[in-house]
Amino acid sequence: MANELQQMNTVTQEEFQRRRRKRSIALALVLAALVIIFYAVTVVRLGPEVMNRPL
Amino acid sequence: MGANDNHRECAVAYAEDSTSYTNIAAGGRVEDYFTLLKPRVMTLVVFTAVVGMLMAPVAIHPVIGLVSVLCIAVGAGASGALNMWYDADIDAVMSRTLNRPIPAGRITRDEAFTFGIVLAAFSVALLGLAANWVAAGLLAFTIFFYAVIYTVWLKRSTPQNIVIGGAAGAFPPVVGWAAATGTVSLDSIILFAIIFLWTPPHFWALALYKKGDYEAAGVPMMPNVAGERSTQNQILVYAVILAVVGFAPLATGLAGALYGVVTAILGAVFVFLSWRLWRAEGKEMKRRARVLFTYSLSYLFVLFLALVADAGLAAWIGGL
Repeated sequence: MANELQQMNTVTQEEFQRRRRKRSIALALVLAALVIIFYAVTVVRLGPEVMNRPL
Repeated sequence: MGANDNHRECAVAYAEDSTSYTNIAAGGRVEDYFTLLKPRVMTLVVFTAVVGMLMAPVAIHPVIGLVSVLCIAVGAGASGALNMWYDADIDAVMSRTLNRPIPAGRITRDEAFTFGIVLAAFSVALLGLAANWVAAGLLAFTIFFYAVIYTVWLKRSTPQNIVIGGAAGAFPPVVGWAAATGTVSLDSIILFAIIFLWTPPHFWALALYKKGDYEAAGVPMMPNVAGERSTQNQILVYAVILAVVGFAPLATGLAGALYGVVTAILGAVFVFLSWRLWRAEGKEMKRRARVLFTYSLSYLFVLFLALVADAGLAAWIGGL
């Protein structure tokens, strides 16, 4: 990857890094949304039973 | 072969062209991935799925309902991505699709395929866990039907492609209904039938004024294979059947008087515009085809809105 970046011209390299950063942010947001969705669905599906388990 | 290898190979191939080189070597933008989901198609899918859910006799928990709609939307998006993966070659020769992420060189086919498969798997699994596995199975079948039966098999082999393939677009209200009830019923099949019968006149109207595009791409749309006259005939026949089937929700008690009035007016206008198209030729025919295409979008939107409004009105009157 490092060699690849060295071979790219400056404009392409900057654009590559800018797009990669945006893709990473989007992916992080999707993962955060999934965590919230699974939490909410678990609470709704199981209700109070979610806490009723052997420790 | 990994995505980076793909980019490197493509970058070498496009090295002569600086814009393409930057596009390929820099990888896809977030907006490009969003475009792969066919957001405009997704809007209609979400809308009809929500209507299917709202019309169901069982109330769904708002959180489960919201997650189900999200899953249906993402599932539809996954089909869109898989469609763009397979159709990249013909997208490159049609003016309407030339600037899509793959033919424009911003996303590789491998990336689109992986994106589609991952989204399909996640949307089906999440819908099964959140709502029920009947809805999840229907969503999986819808994605399979659109991506494999329609895109891979029918689209390039028969002028009946969008007649049969239209089933994929007709499934969302059935999935929405199943998410709420866990079953498929006559009422949800009626919603399916309305969209199924609406699809051929809608797409054939588009194909009539975009005939050259489909011809260049080698896609056997009805006007290219059977001719414009035959397509105009068939549009009129489908419009009449659609207008009649539009009354079916009244017969089963799914909808009442308000919906009855709306479907009568909408159906009559649909038949009228199809009849005007049937009578036209040449440039005027293309203009009228465009009018019918635009109207058909409003038709489905207003008809489904009328279903919800009618149910809301009935609930309000019942509560008085």
